[in-house]
Amino acid sequence: MKFLYKGYLTGPIIGALWAVVMAVTLGVAISFATGEAARPALWGALILGVVTGLVHVWRANRWLSLGVAVVVALGVSAIGLGALQFGAGFAPGSRVALSIVLAGIVAIPLNTILKDLPFGATNRHEFEAAVIRFLTGFGYLFFTAIVIIPFYVMVMTSMKSQQQLMLNPLDFSLDLSKGWHLFDSYYELMTKFHFGRYLWTSFYVSVLTVALTLLFSVPGAYAVARLRFSGRKVFSRGILLIYMVPMIVLALPIYIAYSMVGLRNSVFGIVMIYPVTTIPVALYMLQGYFRGLPVEVEEAGLMDGLSRLKVIWKITLPLALPALASVGLYVFMIAWNEFLLAFMLLDDPSKFTLTRGIASLNSSEIPRQHLMAGAVIATVPIMALFLGLERFMTRGLTAGAVKG
Amino acid sequence: MTDISPPKGRGALAKREARLAWGLLFPTIAIVSLVVIVPLLAIFWISVKPVKLGDLRPAEMRLRVSLREAGAQPQIEYRVINPSRDHAIHGAGFDNTLPKGVTLTGDLPKGCALSGQDLRCEFGDLAPAFNERYRIDAQVTGDAKAANRAVRDSVSVARGQVDNMLTNATFTLENFRKLFDGSEFWSVLGVTLFYTIFGTLGALLVGLFAALLLNKDFRGQGILRGLYLFPYVAPVIAVAFTWITLFDPFSGSANALLIQMGVSQGAINFFGQKPLALIMVTVFEIWRYFPLSFLFILARMQSIDSDMYEAADMDGASPFQKFWYLSMPQLLGILSVLFLLRFIWTFNKFDDIFLLTGGNAGTRTLTVDVYEQAFAISNIGAGAAVAVVVFGCLLIFAALFFRTMSREEGL
Repeated sequence: MKFLYKGYLTGPIIGALWAVVMAVTLGVAISFATGEAARPALWGALILGVVTGLVHVWRANRWLSLGVAVVVALGVSAIGLGALQFGAGFAPGSRVALSIVLAGIVAIPLNTILKDLPFGATNRHEFEAAVIRFLTGFGYLFFTAIVIIPFYVMVMTSMKSQQQLMLNPLDFSLDLSKGWHLFDSYYELMTKFHFGRYLWTSFYVSVLTVALTLLFSVPGAYAVARLRFSGRKVFSRGILLIYMVPMIVLALPIYIAYSMVGLRNSVFGIVMIYPVTTIPVALYMLQGYFRGLPVEVEEAGLMDGLSRLKVIWKITLPLALPALASVGLYVFMIAWNEFLLAFMLLDDPSKFTLTRGIASLNSSEIPRQHLMAGAVIATVPIMALFLGLERFMTRGLTAGAVKG
Repeated sequence: MTDISPPKGRGALAKREARLAWGLLFPTIAIVSLVVIVPLLAIFWISVKPVKLGDLRPAEMRLRVSLREAGAQPQIEYRVINPSRDHAIHGAGFDNTLPKGVTLTGDLPKGCALSGQDLRCEFGDLAPAFNERYRIDAQVTGDAKAANRAVRDSVSVARGQVDNMLTNATFTLENFRKLFDGSEFWSVLGVTLFYTIFGTLGALLVGLFAALLLNKDFRGQGILRGLYLFPYVAPVIAVAFTWITLFDPFSGSANALLIQMGVSQGAINFFGQKPLALIMVTVFEIWRYFPLSFLFILARMQSIDSDMYEAADMDGASPFQKFWYLSMPQLLGILSVLFLLRFIWTFNKFDDIFLLTGGNAGTRTLTVDVYEQAFAISNIGAGAAVAVVVFGCLLIFAALFFRTMSREEGL
């Protein structure tokens, strides 16, 4: 790596990489926004990046490098080597404008990325700092893209008919002039496919699951965290082990048992089984939290004549409320998203949970639009809850497993 | 001088504490063992039995009663059917109460006896697929149509039992023999290992990268952190179908984009081609679970003392050196724990692959195989055998996990 510690090498290389990233990003963005072809070209991007990077390390002047980038971008596209190869649908004016935009998004961030990088020999710090800034910029872009694109596709597809989708899959725009008719699929799901009822079923099943899970796991977690008894360690590991048993292994005998007892196709059966799948997780998370609570407060309570159960009720639980909230939220999420058991145990459309309802939309007779609208209906409530209580959720997810 | 020594054994207080502890734990233990331990034992039991999906609903004798006008002579027909093709019905028979106005005059079949309007028949054992009509001459008074209806609706009770395949004493190792026979199992195992190892490592590395990005304070950090958790929080069914839509060979945006960009010539069937489908489900796994790793790693990073980094700055350590020599050793514990946990969970994963490919195109993992054997091929016993193998693997991983855990986290 040592031979790279020269500004006139590092600058152009990072510049070239950045230009390629930007050309691909802009190309994809234009394609999605307009549905027209805007193909990023490797050589054009490399030339643009190398020149801009070199100019920047040579004279650290942002206006100079921006100017050079614009000139180069326009120049290479004039000779047909442009970093973006436009399809026939673009007017010359918009081609020029987009080339200038590309030059801008290559040159301006490079100002920051290549900050303080000298033209000649660099030291290790300057080199690594530049690399890290490049990786940071790339990382934000990359992660945001991989998260946003699928979710945008989900929403967009739910508002487009099959024909529109087949006509140009690249077109990510929505025909806003249709107004409320964009939401036709949702209306149909709610009225004809009983999604209102599924929503309600999913909601109360999840709430009941949370309540039952906490009811069972709070005393258990307290016992494991605070009380001394032989077999505590074995128990603590047993919880984890059960946490690791694959659901499909349990689902098979549960399916058999439910078929024989006649609990299949009943929401009651689902409410019975969901908490059991979440109790080990909740126990594990809660005991971690209980351990972290100061034991002195509880001892003071005991000294003042409270019984253990009173101590739990009056001291530990109020102190653990944030943990209860996060565990409850996490359990709600698991129950809301649960698919396998609902899929195997529910066949009667009047008793479907939301996830089971969506699975029933996956057939060739029902348009893709409805399926995606169902997906959005299932995703929006959990996302809203999650964004509203993100702090709790984050803590709930990391509780127990991370110490110190 | 009296001998003074500390009390031996457990005192009353300790005993009371232990009693309370078990009291608090009892409900949990009871319900968890009912729904986890019992099914686990059941899996072992079923895996050595030749049970098919159809055996779950035991066959019952079917009886149809009708009035027939055979020429001038009316007859009552009792049609007795054993719907099962494999199992005999033991102690089969029926009771039928004839309606008023209908009397039996003809000869009764063997094993039948008439007392007043009540006919009682005992057939003993019915062979599999037994299907027989017994016709008895009868006399009908009054309206023939009404009598016809009355006979059809007359009260009859069918008796008989079938050996319950789940509880009888037939055992077989056929399920396991078939499982390990042939190359299918080994290819399934190979797919599982590929999916598990690369899915876990990928999610861990991508998560580490994301955590490094977010491990600094800036405006919008909270928003980005929330955003990056989306794939994990959304219902699997929603995101799986979104991926299928996105990568659809005909109407998917990904294919259109690749063709536009000149990367590929024609449409690629991402979830339908042999090596590609496995890679795609692994990528999906990484995409969906990197948030979890990133969250854990970020939480650990933020708890590292900043003094250390200041000291390193004073000594002139470069950013990469700080990462490699300071952060990594601190993160190693959580990374190994995460690796093992994620490894086990990825190994256990069912929904994702089931929804994306249904286990087709070379993506059948062990857990999907359980479902395929039990429900697609309707062979519950074979499914249970695969489940036993899955459980065995889990025990090995868990042993590894606990050894690492006690070293790393002092649990």
